[in-house]
Amino acid sequence: MDEKEKMVEMYKRMNEARSFEEKVSFFFARGMVHGTTHLSVGEEASGVASCMALEAYDLITSTHRGHSQVIGKGIDLNKMMAELLGKATGYCKGKGGSMHIADIKAGNLGANGVVGGGHGIAVGAALTQKLKKTGKIVLCFFGDGAANEGSFHEAVNLASIWRLPVIFFCENNFYGMSMPLSKHMNIKDIVKRAEAYGIPGYIVDGNDAVAVYRKVKEAAEYVRSGKGPVLIESKTYRWLGHSKSDANVYRTKEEIVEWKKKCPLKRFRAYLLKEEILTEEEADAIERKAKEDIEKAVEYANNSPEPPIGTLLEDVYA
Amino acid sequence: MREITYAEAIREAMSEEMRRDENVFLMGEDVGLYGGAFGVTVGMFEEFGEERVRDTPISEAVIAGAAAGAAVTGMRPVAEIMFMDFTTIAMDSLVNQAAKMRYMFGGKAKVPMVLRCPAGSGTGAAAQHSQSLEAWFCHVPGLKVVAPSTPADAKGLLKSAIRDDNPVIFVEQKLLYRKKGIVPEEEFIIPLGKADIKRKGTDVTIITYGRMAESVLSAAADMEQEGISIEVIDPRTLVPLDRETIIESVIKTGRAVVVHEAVKTGGYGGEIVSAISESEAFDYLDAPVLRIAGKDVPIPYNPELEKAAVPSVAEIKEAVRKVMNR
Repeated sequence: MDEKEKMVEMYKRMNEARSFEEKVSFFFARGMVHGTTHLSVGEEASGVASCMALEAYDLITSTHRGHSQVIGKGIDLNKMMAELLGKATGYCKGKGGSMHIADIKAGNLGANGVVGGGHGIAVGAALTQKLKKTGKIVLCFFGDGAANEGSFHEAVNLASIWRLPVIFFCENNFYGMSMPLSKHMNIKDIVKRAEAYGIPGYIVDGNDAVAVYRKVKEAAEYVRSGKGPVLIESKTYRWLGHSKSDANVYRTKEEIVEWKKKCPLKRFRAYLLKEEILTEEEADAIERKAKEDIEKAVEYANNSPEPPIGTLLEDVYA
Repeated sequence: MREITYAEAIREAMSEEMRRDENVFLMGEDVGLYGGAFGVTVGMFEEFGEERVRDTPISEAVIAGAAAGAAVTGMRPVAEIMFMDFTTIAMDSLVNQAAKMRYMFGGKAKVPMVLRCPAGSGTGAAAQHSQSLEAWFCHVPGLKVVAPSTPADAKGLLKSAIRDDNPVIFVEQKLLYRKKGIVPEEEFIIPLGKADIKRKGTDVTIITYGRMAESVLSAAADMEQEGISIEVIDPRTLVPLDRETIIESVIKTGRAVVVHEAVKTGGYGGEIVSAISESEAFDYLDAPVLRIAGKDVPIPYNPELEKAAVPSVAEIKEAVRKVMNR
């Protein structure tokens, strides 16, 4: 894929992420899906563009708010929707759900239900790449909340002293569930912490797909060259609540409206049109196709079988 | 037959596996040049180099987490947690990550890692460096738990653990590190999930593992003089547990005592007792099954208090007499 094709693909995946989550949100609001989910609507540029800047063979660790991330990495939407609906055809045979979408072969080492749970896994995966000299790198997604977990400190420090090929990619959406960043840490920019580990750190506008793409691309080159990890802080915002049961009492409607004006999809579309990478018609077609593909995924998931009860005890051990 | 120590046996197992398979590597605090807090890895840094014998910072969460990440991407890490007590800091990596990845990803992950955990009391290190926490890990589906009592078992089981495709918690006994035992010079492995009858007997079955096996065998030898014949079974692996060997023995003897160093409440002994009472062996019991275990206290510093906190040979004998006199 050349750069232009990548941009088009990126726009496609961002639309898929948006449509996927709008559909999931609809299901949850009506109680049509069991369990819970954490939506990343508003954060699509961050999740998708960062993955698109990697090589297809690179690896990621994803988070509980990971739909945009794993769609960005490249995923079969049918199998993903099936997993959310708990079906046997899902990525995890219906045993993982929204918080555990994984596709090890394709380099997605798994979303994680534990805040900060992916830090160590990413570092270990990066160690494998270094020991086996594969030339692959690992991008570790986490949020502003996870930056306060002890695992963050241990993992970044270890990756730094061992010069492991990891990009620590912080999606700072300014809230750890209900607690605003201004209250949960005493610094404005998480990237400041990079200095404490002796690694480079960069801030990027997480709602600007092109900026995210370029910054991760640059970081990937650095990391791949064996110089050690990089911390990127991608400032973005989730439009919806933390999870399905969130009434948004901790933030104002005005704040949400302000951020909606910075919609990453609209912004990227404007860029693609201005740069004449897409025409209005082509952009419309991509958006329409994304919605259709999500409908198809829903149909696939609905028509898929439930996992047989007999599979309950399978796959605990290898 | 040659004799080597428990620590040497563990070192041999790791060295042989590292020579056999380049994906095996070590990581942990001071495991490199220093040779490990208990000297288990002495000389390995020199043979295998710093890439494969990796000193880590004092960061237990990421030692276990990185082991899981390396394992799921194709390596076979053997990580050391300096004292089993410090697995508390690594718990998320072990319980929520390593143990769950395979199941929650629908069987598409393999996590072939070993976490070596020096455990147990008797070193005067008090409450935070002396615990036997194996029961916690037995309570987590997805983990295997191994607790060898002899140098030969330690070697054969560790080699199996390294070759196993699952996360294995390998409970080593600090007080056994310097104890010698016969270990064959030729290569051998001991499969996980297979108990060993450490002594044949007909009157009472004692099920024990780890450091207590020595005390139980000593009690059994003494009681032979009193005319009581004790069969000693060491399951060696707690998960998976070889229930058959235990049940068969109890059917034969009709009496059972379970002995471990870990505290009694919530200890693995309860699981072994249940395995007996849920089986056909229940119908053959002539006495209640007793548990002789550590007292429900943190391990104290004073040497006499410390000794009193874990089962003694005298207590084991008393329990045997109790089940015999019913």
